[in-house]
Amino acid sequence: MSVFEQVVAWFSDPANWQGPAGVPTRLGEHLAYSVLAMLIASAIALPIGAVLGHLNRGEVFVLGLANTVRALPTFGLLTLLVIATGTGILPPLVALIILAVPPILVNTFEGMRGVNPTVTDAARGIGLTSSQVLLKVRLPSSTPLIMLGVRLATIQVISTATIAAYVGLGGLGRYVFDGLARRQLDVVISGSILVAVLAVTAETALILITRLCTSPGVTRRSARRVPPRSHPRKPQQSATSARITSKGN
Amino acid sequence: MLEFDWEWVERNTSMILNLLGEHLLLSYIPTALALIVALPLGILCARLHWVYIPTLAVSTIIFAIPSIALFTLMLPLTGLTRTTAIVPLMLYTVSMLIRNVVDGLHNVDGTVRQAAEALGYRPVHRLLTVELPIALPVVMSGLRVAMVATIGAVAVTSILGLPSLGSLFIDGTQRFFLTPIVVGIILTIAVAVISDLLLIALQRIATPWTKGAAK
Repeated sequence: MSVFEQVVAWFSDPANWQGPAGVPTRLGEHLAYSVLAMLIASAIALPIGAVLGHLNRGEVFVLGLANTVRALPTFGLLTLLVIATGTGILPPLVALIILAVPPILVNTFEGMRGVNPTVTDAARGIGLTSSQVLLKVRLPSSTPLIMLGVRLATIQVISTATIAAYVGLGGLGRYVFDGLARRQLDVVISGSILVAVLAVTAETALILITRLCTSPGVTRRSARRVPPRSHPRKPQQSATSARITSKGN
Repeated sequence: MLEFDWEWVERNTSMILNLLGEHLLLSYIPTALALIVALPLGILCARLHWVYIPTLAVSTIIFAIPSIALFTLMLPLTGLTRTTAIVPLMLYTVSMLIRNVVDGLHNVDGTVRQAAEALGYRPVHRLLTVELPIALPVVMSGLRVAMVATIGAVAVTSILGLPSLGSLFIDGTQRFFLTPIVVGIILTIAVAVISDLLLIALQRIATPWTKGAAK
């Protein structure tokens, strides 16, 4: 039987769809770790990035942190945390959070401070307070970039959560590592397919959510404001440079 | 053992250097190949919008797939060879670079294009000697980020059994021994930082007119 047929057989075997090692359980674990890490990372990075971007302060801190974490090998960070602080769910979770914070932080920061000053000036001119400008003008205007950060962090977290199975975490990565340990290529491949499908689904869902929660005024205006040829270094550019903080593993 | 064990480092220097060499190979080959693929593809995408949209969609999907999944999906095709590491890493870098090549080319001012045309530049000549050099800084900023990401991602291939600095993470985890992990992390970061500096230097040499502009 070819590997392809074995994989098809694996997916059609009902035994693989139930019990503690079944696909629904593993998928649930994977989602639970990822969502938990994303919630904590967002709770840390969104407010800090928003306030610093609003005040246009702390550029060195934000970009420096992002660059440092970017050079950190995720697999190394994961094993380091586990060996230094012990097994269990906490060390890998901390690693996921450490990796998820920078993309959200940088993109929120860049998005908030990159809002066209004529817009914020106009908002102040009609009497909005500083916090109103932050919440009602800057935040909606920078939604696309903030969500890009969230998306990059999600990709990173789903990916790293897979590798975290190596240090004992559950989730879909279990199939990959248990399959490798038992030399069952079909299990490895099936696990990889599940991980890939999960990642692409999450990515697609976040792209759709971004479209839904972006104010139509923002998309139309930014489409006109940033024609690629006349504003070479505006938001698009920072989006490109920030998006790449993500693929660290 | 949580203390740093210098003796281990001394005893294993040649092994560490071998892994470092392998790591460099697995980082630089995919990056170079990706550049060779991404430049023509990006040029095509910058010209033809109907090529760009699906290319962008595909690269977004590839970018989202966790590296461990792509590596293992390569196993039935290429087995435990360097190719298994090189192809996915190259795909990631291409998917990151495409956007930068297209953005870079779109950033070329229309007046510059017209001026080149007025001076008698033929399209191919204009592309190679005017538009690409102007686009280079944007391409390079993408390449730098992709390079650093690739250097980190190479470590993951050690899970499959391919030697790289990642093998030190495996070794450390299996023996519950911190030193190899620390050595691996420090060397990976060092490779990333030095490669980044090399690319900055390369960019300065290639685009002397942007002196100081490369951050």
